[in-house]
Amino acid sequence: MARILSILVGLFFTVALVWSFGVGFYTWATEPAQPTAEHEFHEHPKHVSFASDGPFGTFDKQQLQRGFQVYQQVCAACHALKHVAFRDLEKIGYNEPEVKAIAAQFQIPKYDEMTGMVETVEGTPTDYFPPVMYAGQGSPPDLSLITKARHDGGPYVYSLLTGYQDQPAELLEHFPDAKTPDGLYYNPYFPNLNLAMPAPLMEDMVTYSDGTPATVDQMAKDVSAFLIWTAEPTMDKRKQTGWPILGFLLFATILGYMSYRNIWANKKH
Amino acid sequence: MSFPWAKQYTPSHPFMKWMDERLPVPRLVYNAVGGGYEVPRNLNYFWNFGFLAGLCLVLQIVTGIVMAMHYAANTEVAFDTIEHTVRDVNWGWMMRYAHANGASAFFVVIYVHIFRGFYFGSYKAPREMVWLLGVVIFLLMMATAFMGYVLPWGQMSFWGAKVITGLFSAIPLVGEPLQQWLLGGFAPDNAALNRFFSLHYLLPFVIVGVVILHIWALHIPGSSNPTGVEVKSESDTVPFYPYYVAKDGWAIGVFAILYCAMVFFAPNYLGHPDNYIPANPMSTPAHIVPEWYFWPFYAILRAFTQDFFFIPAKLMGVLAMFGAILVWFFLPWLDKSPIRSSSYRPVYKWFFVVLCLDMLVLFYCGGAAAEEPYVMISQIAALYYFAHFLIILPIVSAIEKPKPLPFSITEAVLGKDEDAKLEPTA
Repeated sequence: MARILSILVGLFFTVALVWSFGVGFYTWATEPAQPTAEHEFHEHPKHVSFASDGPFGTFDKQQLQRGFQVYQQVCAACHALKHVAFRDLEKIGYNEPEVKAIAAQFQIPKYDEMTGMVETVEGTPTDYFPPVMYAGQGSPPDLSLITKARHDGGPYVYSLLTGYQDQPAELLEHFPDAKTPDGLYYNPYFPNLNLAMPAPLMEDMVTYSDGTPATVDQMAKDVSAFLIWTAEPTMDKRKQTGWPILGFLLFATILGYMSYRNIWANKKH
Repeated sequence: MSFPWAKQYTPSHPFMKWMDERLPVPRLVYNAVGGGYEVPRNLNYFWNFGFLAGLCLVLQIVTGIVMAMHYAANTEVAFDTIEHTVRDVNWGWMMRYAHANGASAFFVVIYVHIFRGFYFGSYKAPREMVWLLGVVIFLLMMATAFMGYVLPWGQMSFWGAKVITGLFSAIPLVGEPLQQWLLGGFAPDNAALNRFFSLHYLLPFVIVGVVILHIWALHIPGSSNPTGVEVKSESDTVPFYPYYVAKDGWAIGVFAILYCAMVFFAPNYLGHPDNYIPANPMSTPAHIVPEWYFWPFYAILRAFTQDFFFIPAKLMGVLAMFGAILVWFFLPWLDKSPIRSSSYRPVYKWFFVVLCLDMLVLFYCGGAAAEEPYVMISQIAALYYFAHFLIILPIVSAIEKPKPLPFSITEAVLGKDEDAKLEPTA
């Protein structure tokens, strides 16, 4: 009885699936899916390596400082960095007076309990990067976590910054409706190919304090490295903690295995 | 349970004697995981996963309690409190990654543990209750993991909560009000986040309770073993301590190495980038996918794309997804074969292999976008899944001719058992 019931229930689900499959297969066979411009022209991030890649990678502080310069002088006009505090900048090699000076360049909105007014004051190291008032079109995302919030984040940011180009003639030929609208810019590394941000970087836009020539490629790489750091300032510590722990565990596991062999030595199993 | 030859707890220290007469906890431990618990000598490494599952539960509770100290269940700040924990709390990043990857580790271990049960017939008499409690634990784990994933209030948290609670709306008549009652609103919001946090904190302790019952029920007949032949004599067993303590001990080492490699070197590999974007009810992610451990069941949910007679496709999917796990409850009665271990079941063994591959296919399709050919593949895979448990298993178990079993565990291990001669030959 249990067996018959079970087979009936089984048939219920399998027949329903055969029906779903049949309809799906018929649709798939008779109405091939229409290719879309996003599907055909979207590109995966370029291959680019960072000092922080891999289990042994550590941040290149010199590069992070350059990246911070790019952020401060270019990106910060539109993009906030709310999860990062000025004091965190000490971790990329700035000393205390330098951090104080950087913080003082930012205006922090503070609520005054006495007057009930919001006033802006100069930033101090314990403040976080302030919100950015953006008046234009679109909504520039906060960049604190951007490299964690995208697949292959570091290379993605780098590719996006260096990936602006004219829309390929081939795309316009096959997908005339996919012409980049006014006010948007074509970039094959962006999921739907058109974004509101114009190409932000131009040659020598930033004067690096360490004298590195500020090519677009260099700035894109540096700011991507910086944003990998802002997404996880503790990455170096994480990796440095991991190795001794793995070493200890390996040692303990070998000891454990030896004691296991020892205890079972005379017991066939 | 104890076999007649199991060692008895005999406290020698006066304090332990005093204790034993008043609150015999040491005796309980001795009989549960000490020298007093006799275990088949032939357990293979698949039997380590029960112990590892217990370890994962403890790990999740410890890291989870620390996470809760820094977390605030409020949609305004939930995302930021997690970032605060990771960035500013001492070792907060480690706790966070240990907890997030601990969930994955727990599911890896539990899937191996469950499939061990499938292959070796661990659900069969007299261990049905062990199995049933195990399925309850699995369901509780799924609920706990789902609600835990909502807590960071990222994009996948929010949309995952919306999709999964939306499943309840498929229930005829009461669906919509039920969904609103569960969420405390029309969509996931502060009320939902608060109750999810409350339940996410509660359910692990419910799991602890059911685990205790699970182990209690296990210790009545004692552990099963790879031959599926029940324990007959003293030479079939070894005491849990020191034998299996040593074996579990070094298995913990291997587990910890793999787990720590994930936590310290690829902590975000199993997560979804979208969950690092704060929840935004106005912006739907391109692909809403649950965490990897739900993928096989998510594929089954999405495989039902057509209404079936008067049943809407969505309801069919929901029935099938829950049915796919509930069917495990009936396993002890669907599989009538008296043989436990599939090693002695020449036909069913191959269906088990197909089931494993089938689960991997479902797993892959569940993580892929809901487009062809993945939907068609998951339909075929889901079809096999239901056919396997509800049609193939009952039929095969009735008609299969098993291979001869060894007389005893001892014979299986040593090649001979003196006691076998005493048995009348059939």
